[in-house]
Amino acid sequence: MSINQSGWRPTAPEQGKGNVPASVTGNKALMLEEALIFEIGDSHTTGVDFADTPARATTSKLGALARKAPIGLPGLSEPETVRHYTRLSRQNYGIDLGFFPLGSCTMKHNPRLNEKMARLPGFSDVHPLQPVDTVQGALEVIHQLAHWLVTLTGMTSVAMSPKAGAHGELCGILAIRAALEAKGEGHRKVILVPESAHGTNPATAAFAGYGVEDIPATAEGRVDTAALKARLGPDVAGVMITNPNTCGLFERDMREISDAVHAAGGFVYCDGANFNAIVGRVRPGDLGIDAMHINLHKTFSTPHGGGGPGSGPVVFSAALTPYAPLPFVEKQDGQFVLVEEETAGEHHAGSFGRMVAFHGQMGMFTRALTYILSHGADGLRQVSEDAVLNANYILRSLDDTLDAPFGPSGPCMHEALFSDSGLADGFSTIDVAKGLIDEGFHPMTMYFPLVVHGAMLVEPTETESKAALDQFIAALRSVAERAKAGDPSLKTAPHFAPRARLDETLAARKPVLVWKDPAPLAQAAE
Amino acid sequence: MRYLPLTQPDREAMLAVIGAATIDDLFVDVPEAARLDGPVRDLPMHASEMAVERHMSFLAKKNLTAGEAPFFLGCGAYKHHVPASVDHLIQRGEFLTAYTPYQPEIAQGTLQMLFEFQTQVARLLGTDVANASMYDGSTACWEAIVMARRITKRGKAILSAGLHPHYVSVSNTMAKFTGDVLDTTDPRLVPEMDLDRLIAKIDDDTSCVVVQYPDILGRIADLRPLADACHAKKALLIAVVTEPVALGAITSPGEMDADIVVGEGQSLGVGLQFGGPYVGLFGCKDKYVRQMPGRLCGETVDADGRRGFVLTLSTREQHIRREKATSNICTNSGLCALAFSIHMTLLGEAGLRELAEINHAGAVAASERLSQIPGVELINDSFFNEFTLKLPVEARPVVRTLADRGILAGVSLGRLYPGKDDLANGLVVAVTETTTAEDVETLASALQEILA
Amino acid sequence: MSRYFTQDHEWVDVDGDVGTVGISEYAQSQLGDVVFVEVPEAGKQLTKGADAAVVESVKAASDVYSPVSGTVIEGNAALADDSSLVNSDAEAAGWFFKLTLSDPSELDSLMDEAAYAAFVEGL
Repeated sequence: MSINQSGWRPTAPEQGKGNVPASVTGNKALMLEEALIFEIGDSHTTGVDFADTPARATTSKLGALARKAPIGLPGLSEPETVRHYTRLSRQNYGIDLGFFPLGSCTMKHNPRLNEKMARLPGFSDVHPLQPVDTVQGALEVIHQLAHWLVTLTGMTSVAMSPKAGAHGELCGILAIRAALEAKGEGHRKVILVPESAHGTNPATAAFAGYGVEDIPATAEGRVDTAALKARLGPDVAGVMITNPNTCGLFERDMREISDAVHAAGGFVYCDGANFNAIVGRVRPGDLGIDAMHINLHKTFSTPHGGGGPGSGPVVFSAALTPYAPLPFVEKQDGQFVLVEEETAGEHHAGSFGRMVAFHGQMGMFTRALTYILSHGADGLRQVSEDAVLNANYILRSLDDTLDAPFGPSGPCMHEALFSDSGLADGFSTIDVAKGLIDEGFHPMTMYFPLVVHGAMLVEPTETESKAALDQFIAALRSVAERAKAGDPSLKTAPHFAPRARLDETLAARKPVLVWKDPAPLAQAAE
Repeated sequence: MRYLPLTQPDREAMLAVIGAATIDDLFVDVPEAARLDGPVRDLPMHASEMAVERHMSFLAKKNLTAGEAPFFLGCGAYKHHVPASVDHLIQRGEFLTAYTPYQPEIAQGTLQMLFEFQTQVARLLGTDVANASMYDGSTACWEAIVMARRITKRGKAILSAGLHPHYVSVSNTMAKFTGDVLDTTDPRLVPEMDLDRLIAKIDDDTSCVVVQYPDILGRIADLRPLADACHAKKALLIAVVTEPVALGAITSPGEMDADIVVGEGQSLGVGLQFGGPYVGLFGCKDKYVRQMPGRLCGETVDADGRRGFVLTLSTREQHIRREKATSNICTNSGLCALAFSIHMTLLGEAGLRELAEINHAGAVAASERLSQIPGVELINDSFFNEFTLKLPVEARPVVRTLADRGILAGVSLGRLYPGKDDLANGLVVAVTETTTAEDVETLASALQEILA
Repeated sequence: MSRYFTQDHEWVDVDGDVGTVGISEYAQSQLGDVVFVEVPEAGKQLTKGADAAVVESVKAASDVYSPVSGTVIEGNAALADDSSLVNSDAEAAGWFFKLTLSDPSELDSLMDEAAYAAFVEGL
């Protein structure tokens, strides 16, 4: 069964279309092919104009370095440019188009008020090195957002500068290392990471100079607390735990784990990627967390932008606050000040240093603050409730069709996890995912977490209506039934997307990473 | 609440399907002690769009914007005119609200754009290849140092005195933890870059030399002798470009045989934004591509034989290699890369070179005017659109005084190098196509008056 | 000439004091399409169990360990041009490197073909 919300019905049998010749252009009505700028542009065309008689330097100060060789940059006129990128955009899926159930990524609606506020010249057109008297409003935005993040998480302080989630993880781990070294505990060289962790966790720990050891999961999908406690000791610097975890479950023993880690002299890092499940209902500070990054592009609705820019502020406990990175914004005598290397002074002397040029992702701070003010404390609580409700609705609507390995453990948090168990021989999660594309959905997260075979991680977020969920449930049920029945057409899906399955092996074996002008014909003939 | 589509009857119907009596039943795994019984205390409740807009606008108005003042700041972030179509196009929902293109069949827009971006960046930097962008210039710079260590298996990097002090600071922070040895020093107010010092320091333990071009004081120099000296010792030359518009007017580092060229792409398409988000550029020679950090987009074909693009060489990345990844970075700066690429497409070769020429002409004229002020000395022999003045007094209070008069005069070296007396009189002045002759005159007369 | 296997799915053919090393047919089938191989340079000293080479497929990157100690004589240059040899002919043309064995007694701890087949069967 599938629900056709639009009411559209084919007026002629589908097979009748087989006789229609392919179009000359390769276009299919609204589905437009677009060449590369290197194929349609040239080095003389420009879509920008300058004064008719622009100034020329009286004396060049470039010396022998003045450019002689061409760079090889094609230009397009403005109309061609607008059309080029508009056409490209239409080959993308986005939240604005439809449901984006990508587990662990929190693809929620991006309010346009955020965009409008970020573009106010007072925020978008100020230089990071202007005298602080001229940027009081910008500093106040950072200060207000920091206050919200600290209060919502029940922590002591927040480092605003990390540029994304993984960068925030690094920030947290470096603060832990700085704190241990300050206590003369620099010999602790091991970070414990559960098997179900995001791949960034072990990568971050290794990057910061730590050895990484896996902690197993229990059969019900949570950290094996006994195994974790047994491994604690004088060589363990800390643990990195995701809560709610990547199986979509709340770590019930979090407080107990934190206490045990602290008793053993280590610190607790929490991957905050899944904060959307608990914002407004649980404060990580109450669970004994020492550091946690917050993905503003997940929980606080700043756009993903096709892969960044993100923003990953890190909240800290009192124990780690002295080691947090520069810069900070503080309020002193009614003025907002920027605490940098120069003024780190006594209470920030232990800071582990600077992680980025300037002060972090200001453009994301304005968006996130706009979102937070819109929701308020009450709205944010409703956010996590609806996100969790939507996920459980999907879990219970599909667990008769798909295997839900942790379904019997109880309710999930904001994401529903299924496995590929029960699919026909030779069929796997990727076939279900590609089948969903033909149904007009972005696939769920595939093959993650690694602790579940052929994992399908579905995160609906709170910004989907019940009707949208029902349509997705019907579509996923239909695709799953086809995969269980071994429908061969799924193996070649998607059939209706701008491209069929792409040859990733070819791309990796002979990488073509930049456009190369085709050889002139004479040369090519040789 | 305007962003939440569920109605109360929806919620009740869904709870019934789940078999839960109340929403609280879904949070049973949270220990009782950690459950909040209502909204987090001491925070305001939800607000209308109008109310939020009023609040944010009030804060925005407290700032003096670059557009409303004679404006001369640079040092890693530059004010350029961004064509209106750039901001329009990046706000198309299919770009703005897309995810990282891991499902290439429905992400060809982002992927083709990244392929075009990589090519534009590689050509601009003069490298064989470039990646799909990094967080910003400072993190790209550090990643380049780490990449050089991986390639040369040596741990000592020599940083030019002309490298942006925040970039040095970021590298120092990271090196403390990785054990890399960094040789750093502060710049001096002299016309020449410190190439001779760098060349003299290269030895058999050196992984790389990092040089900024144009440097923090705006100086430029031929990097070929430095590249040769590096290569003679099997070390790599890393060049850092914080003002990519410069490469429209001067020879690129890649053309001078730099092995890795990184940069800050903010100048094109992105805007000042009080320091972020920006976009890191990263290019290198072909032979080092598998040691490169960050995402890469590559060309391939689909099952029907049509050209298409995918993220490739991803086994270098953390989601597959976990603790053996080339870096822990899992985000690029996609939307900023898009803005950069669109601006670059609008300019094209002809536009970029014209833009660069206008920048240079304006900077030369401004340097001539400002160095006529009694007591003010121009340090640079060579520069692109940014140069350093030595004032007869400390520059930092002068900059503050000028700001009080509504003039954003440049970046004082006292701000960048606090406590360094021999740099305190330095003022770095940037001039772009947005700077008018009147702006220069306003600054010149105000400065003259203050110094008199 | 005789062939030995490790539990990490490397094989080594020994001819006199020269060993030729590659990854097993089973290993290549687990990796999927191999897209890149990095082999050690001639002259490199390897100890048994040390990282010797890297093999990357579309879905995984793995280190290849040296099954025995010795000095590398040559890496298989053909793999640079055509890494698919590892898939099509893992236990012959898809070899990774040759080395001079420094301690042939290390072979005693490795599996022969039958033992390895049984080992794989049990995975």
